[in-house]
Amino acid sequence: MSVDQATVRRIAHLARIAVTEEEVPHLQGELNAILDFVEQLNEVDVSGVEPMTSVTPMVMKKRQDEVTDGGIADVIVGNAPMTEDHYFMVPKVVE
Amino acid sequence: MNAIVDSRTMDPKKLIKGATGDWEVIIGMEIHAQVTSKSKLFSGASTEFGGEPNDHVSLVDAAMPGMLPVINEECVRQAIRTGLGLKAQVNLRSTFDRKNYFYPDLPQGYQISQYKSPIVGEGEVVVDLPESGGQITVGIERLHLEQDAGKSLHDQHPTMSFVDLNRSGVALMEIVSKPDMRSSEEARAYVTKLRTILRYLGTCDGDMEKGNLRADVNVSVRRPGEPFGTRCEIKNVNSIRFIGQAIEVEARRQIGILEDGGVIDQETRLFDPGRGETRSMRSKEEAHDYRYFPDPDLLPLEFDQGYVDDLAQHLPELPDAKKARFIADYGLTPYDAGVLVAEQDQAAYYEAVAKGRDGKAAANWVINELFGRLNKEGKDVTTSPVSPEQLGAIVDLIGENVISGKIAKDLFEIVWTEGGDPRQIVESRGMKQVTDTGAIEAAVDAVIAANPDKVEQAKAKPTMIGWFVGQVMKQSGGKANPQAVNEILKAKLGI
Repeated sequence: MSVDQATVRRIAHLARIAVTEEEVPHLQGELNAILDFVEQLNEVDVSGVEPMTSVTPMVMKKRQDEVTDGGIADVIVGNAPMTEDHYFMVPKVVE
Repeated sequence: MNAIVDSRTMDPKKLIKGATGDWEVIIGMEIHAQVTSKSKLFSGASTEFGGEPNDHVSLVDAAMPGMLPVINEECVRQAIRTGLGLKAQVNLRSTFDRKNYFYPDLPQGYQISQYKSPIVGEGEVVVDLPESGGQITVGIERLHLEQDAGKSLHDQHPTMSFVDLNRSGVALMEIVSKPDMRSSEEARAYVTKLRTILRYLGTCDGDMEKGNLRADVNVSVRRPGEPFGTRCEIKNVNSIRFIGQAIEVEARRQIGILEDGGVIDQETRLFDPGRGETRSMRSKEEAHDYRYFPDPDLLPLEFDQGYVDDLAQHLPELPDAKKARFIADYGLTPYDAGVLVAEQDQAAYYEAVAKGRDGKAAANWVINELFGRLNKEGKDVTTSPVSPEQLGAIVDLIGENVISGKIAKDLFEIVWTEGGDPRQIVESRGMKQVTDTGAIEAAVDAVIAANPDKVEQAKAKPTMIGWFVGQVMKQSGGKANPQAVNEILKAKLGI
């Protein structure tokens, strides 16, 4: 598997990372090197082996249904560049 | 994912007429139902509706760096119970994935959802069709748990949008149906039934006005017998009426394009109820690449069969079972039973009235008199001024022939406005039915004597007897037993 330059631009856009035209060939090379490296895994026969979603053999911890958090609107919007009445303000997005 | 199967036989009555022939509309739905829980799916912040902006938000919901999600066991329980209520397969092991997209009300940059392994698999919902009659079975493809997003307000400022994350992280169940519906009526009936089941289970309050139940509706059309056409998805329709309207206009739009020789683009659309049209959400076209991958912050969700069995044992009686029981135990028609079980409170009220009484008479009074009156006043059974005990007493008084059906309506009116014990009211206001044949005979004689011409007519045309019954009833102030009046009249008139 390898990526072409159009794919590099598309991935960058989906991740909202600004990539200049000059950077594209370089990134394409880097991504393909990573993909080549991972490609080696295809040499292992994994038929009948269930995909591993976790490396820790433990049961997921669950919470009781209680309200234990919140009421900290000041803190939540504390780092926002713009706020009003505890709302975040962002450049207008309308469908 | 399972292959899409056409489970239905084409019904000519459900086809839509186009300019060049008939079309069949195919509908599938994704319902987002907010899980009833005190706190959020992965944080301890409150799920309460409303609240000051960003007040029900934890650092987890705001996606601050280093925060980790911890799952709410109640949400898991509710999802399993819902799966059981949908007669669906419950998966003892499921996993959480990240669905990646950018939007200001999604601070994580991804929604935690279940993509490959949902908590609940295939099930089914049996749906009654009140308008066209009959019953359909709608297949459930899956149910999975996921986070809700926050809310954006666009009308507060000329150039900025306001973001409130109170809803961010609240647990949703996405319930995906198979493409098993073939008309807007079927789609409305399906959502109505699903909502009833969720409310019985107490897993979602079904409040569509608050957005606690919303539907994405997939619509396509085809010529009867042909394979499925290209579908469009109408996002976030928030009332059952609008679901019906959106399907109608979207099917018409697609038929128009196809009949003009065009093709349908698979796309996401929005329904505008004001204009009665759907329109394309172009800005989201490119966003459909969600790059799902397993969420490394969460272990697989696992529980054993004993846990599921225990929940199954404690499920409440569900609408289908209750309806069957009402038909069997109280002799109700399927229609009446269906009306009564639509809401749990209604069914409970009815049972309180029907217990130890004639079930059909009780159903008539509850559905026709009580529901009719409640509707008119914008009330429901929980705020009814007439209690089941009072209504039961009215039904008893009719059954014991103490009052006539007509007087009973007056009595109902008095109990509704003034309250009180129906038996005492009948006693103190002299509303008892006259069963004394002597008194009735006297009234009949008087009417006959006053109307010799009508007597002649009645002999030629026996249906005239109705007029006489009316006159006698009027004389008695509605208190004469109509059956006795009828019999005495027949004898006296010789018909």
